[in-house]
Amino acid sequence: MESSLSAPIIFFASIFTNNILLANFLGMCSFLAISRELPSAVGLGLAVTFVMTCTTALNYLVYHYLLVPFHLVHFRFIAFIIVIAAFVQLVEMVIDRYSPRLYVVLGVFLPLITVNCAILGVCLFMVIRKYNFVQSVAYGFGGGLGWMLAIAALAGIREKLKKAPIPKALEGPGISLIVAGLMALSFMAFSGMIQMG
Amino acid sequence: MMTLLLGLLALSGLCALLALLLEAANTVFADYGPCQVSINEGAKEFTVKGGGRLLSTLMDHGLFIPSACGGRGSCGLCKVKVLEGAGPILPTETPYMSEEELRNGIRLSCQVRIRRNIRIEIPEAFFLIKEYRTQVISLKPLTPFIKEVHLKLLEPSEIVFKPGQFIQFQVPEYPGSSEPVYRAYSIASPARLKTEIKLVITRVERGIATTYVHNFLKEGDEVLINGPYGDFYLRHSDRYMIMIGTGSGLAPLMSILYQMADEHIDRPCTLYFGVKSRKDLFYQDEIQELLQKLPRLRYVPVLSDPLPEDHWDGETGYVTDAVARDVTDGSQMEAYLCGNPLMINAAVKLLTAKGVTEDRIFFDKFG
Repeated sequence: MESSLSAPIIFFASIFTNNILLANFLGMCSFLAISRELPSAVGLGLAVTFVMTCTTALNYLVYHYLLVPFHLVHFRFIAFIIVIAAFVQLVEMVIDRYSPRLYVVLGVFLPLITVNCAILGVCLFMVIRKYNFVQSVAYGFGGGLGWMLAIAALAGIREKLKKAPIPKALEGPGISLIVAGLMALSFMAFSGMIQMG
Repeated sequence: MMTLLLGLLALSGLCALLALLLEAANTVFADYGPCQVSINEGAKEFTVKGGGRLLSTLMDHGLFIPSACGGRGSCGLCKVKVLEGAGPILPTETPYMSEEELRNGIRLSCQVRIRRNIRIEIPEAFFLIKEYRTQVISLKPLTPFIKEVHLKLLEPSEIVFKPGQFIQFQVPEYPGSSEPVYRAYSIASPARLKTEIKLVITRVERGIATTYVHNFLKEGDEVLINGPYGDFYLRHSDRYMIMIGTGSGLAPLMSILYQMADEHIDRPCTLYFGVKSRKDLFYQDEIQELLQKLPRLRYVPVLSDPLPEDHWDGETGYVTDAVARDVTDGSQMEAYLCGNPLMINAAVKLLTAKGVTEDRIFFDKFG
């Protein structure tokens, strides 16, 4: 049975109440690594959003029109990852061509979007929660924006923290993890608003 | 079974579709159109299809930039000055750059991609570097792990180099490598022999080039080389010379010693040659001949791990231990080192502590 939530609600929920990063803790490695400066965080966020939206749509089609009819749903992990990998390569080409500076800043983390578990997570949740195509795309797009919101917020906070008197032992990853934890706690406050499944 | 086959078929189809999509995208996004490469303010200019690496593009046009790692960005040798058109510096380049080089626009040519018109500056000496077609005259085992590769130059038929310099050896496609790769080897033969060169190549476990040389290369085979490269060569002075070589690091030192014998450069010199055991010593007859020609040359072989059957009563330990025992005041000395990075680092530290100034220590570090 399909999910009863409407696409706008899913879109809203995936950004705020069920943020893939702060509620499900998926995509943490690039969240911590590329959140030192706001522009590169937003750049990676846009790339993740694009890949997440496109791959959710494509993986929906692959799942429902290739895997389900041929009883191959147990291959969904491989199929989804292949689609994600191909799309990341496409995004890499586009960024390399049109924004070499962003390409340099993102460095190794751009190809690593391939293994960004948030993207695979969204594709798998879409299947588990039985979303239709529109709901899936809304979830993918919202999930990407939610991930971008979280990384941009952390980057903003980390930029402010550069001037803050942080105890030496907590500098760098230590304080970033504490901030990420506090952000997750504050997002928990939204969690009862919408039940996504 | 049917499900598995069907699954494989479906996934293969999906992969093929996505590969086609990526190939189409590549032709659109990776097409940078024709780009002009201008070298030394127009001394040489050519137009290339954008998208390629600067190092390989220059090589394709007969300009050979030194690169010991063959363009993988791990040796830091292929530096060129880019005046315009290289884009932002990459994180893969910065570890090899000093602050001054960063300010002056020095870039690693193997990492720079040509996306627009580019203006570069390279030393005039690089214009003299050529590609040579050669033929293997002989392959002689010098030790159980080291082979001497003797090459005759076919086209061009003569090479001019400074003893101590190295060439790049092209390993063609073979079962161990899907594409041609280049590796740097010092020339071990005298510079007076212009029509042939000798290289000394140590077998490295799973090394692409050394596996090729030790297992696949045969006498009579043709090999492409380019060069000569490097600023490791004899400086003219009257200072006492210390030469330290380990393993195949003896090669450029031999070439320098041949030069000294040929040009009657009678300078006081001690050659330290460090290996594990007696079976690893090579070119011993040649060194004896040099000792006859160079009366002030002293030879000190040093074994780090002599075997009982070696009956060795010479120097033992690391080669630097022997140097430390011999040298008391290095303030008037000059040093030439070639070998593995650990030995070079230890020797530089030791020699500077003994008073040899850094500008008088010359080395060729195996990367």
